[in-house]
Amino acid sequence: MKQQEFLHMISPFKDKIFRVAKRLLVSVEEAEDATQEVLVRLWNKNDGLEKYNSVEALAMTMTKNYCLDQLKSKRASNLQLVHSNYGDNAPGVDKQVEDSDSWSWVEKIIDNLPEQQKIIVQMRDIEEYEFNEIASVLDMNETAIRVALSRARKTIREKLLEKHNYGIKSS
Amino acid sequence: MELKVAEILIDKYLEGTSSIAEEKQLKAYFSSNNVAPHLVQYKPLFGYFENQKREQFTKALPLQAKKQSYVKWIGVAAAIVVLFGTINYFNNENSKQNLGTYSSPEEAFVETQKALEMLSEEVNQGVEGVAILKEYEKTKKTIFK
Repeated sequence: MKQQEFLHMISPFKDKIFRVAKRLLVSVEEAEDATQEVLVRLWNKNDGLEKYNSVEALAMTMTKNYCLDQLKSKRASNLQLVHSNYGDNAPGVDKQVEDSDSWSWVEKIIDNLPEQQKIIVQMRDIEEYEFNEIASVLDMNETAIRVALSRARKTIREKLLEKHNYGIKSS
Repeated sequence: MELKVAEILIDKYLEGTSSIAEEKQLKAYFSSNNVAPHLVQYKPLFGYFENQKREQFTKALPLQAKKQSYVKWIGVAAAIVVLFGTINYFNNENSKQNLGTYSSPEEAFVETQKALEMLSEEVNQGVEGVAILKEYEKTKKTIFK
């Protein structure tokens, strides 16, 4: 496979890889490194890729595994995640500011979910994957994924509602 | 979207039973400006999802790994070409060498005779030189006895 073909092949999902990586690793730099790593590994597999039905699913699985490994080694060496990239680059009108403020709440809430739920929410609610696709990437059955997703969504709603009502009560 | 439909969809959403199409409907509903007041707390959630979808990977990809092996193979190919070139060159040299053979035996005989005659002439010349040397040896012996 030529480099051009490869770049063309990965273009539909390279951003998804990055976003999944960022969801798990939080920092933009680390997510970029992870994406690079996954894509380069994919490139090195090259002709072996034809064996796979879906290169995208393969890439997602590799990303998930890579990021979880990263997190594991980070925890083992007792490093803290430091992140400051909650901010949003959307145009800053008053309304936008308010919106992005509540968006960052959503982000914080999702950050506090267990890793597995994070991946599922990312893949379903943001990347809009079907359940069977998520199931193959995570190596779980669809029911388990629905259950985890439901749990995650309810947690997010609860936390969001707390913030929402807190604002009202305090004013 | 009707309020009732939205409420049903949200319930399905929370149970994890909504389809992608239904979730898209929800995202569209919450990005509009007429969200029912009691559902407004979901607005940031769906807004956030839509917003996150726009993030892109912009870093360059270092894909030299394959290029390197490519370069390596070029070197191997060049080495093979050079090797075969040299072998071929020497083979050609050997086969082209003119041994100067004669086709008929008479001609060969004549030429050989010529060559031998020439050789013997030269040798005789040498013998004459040696005769002079002998003379010299003689005088040397009479002087240093």
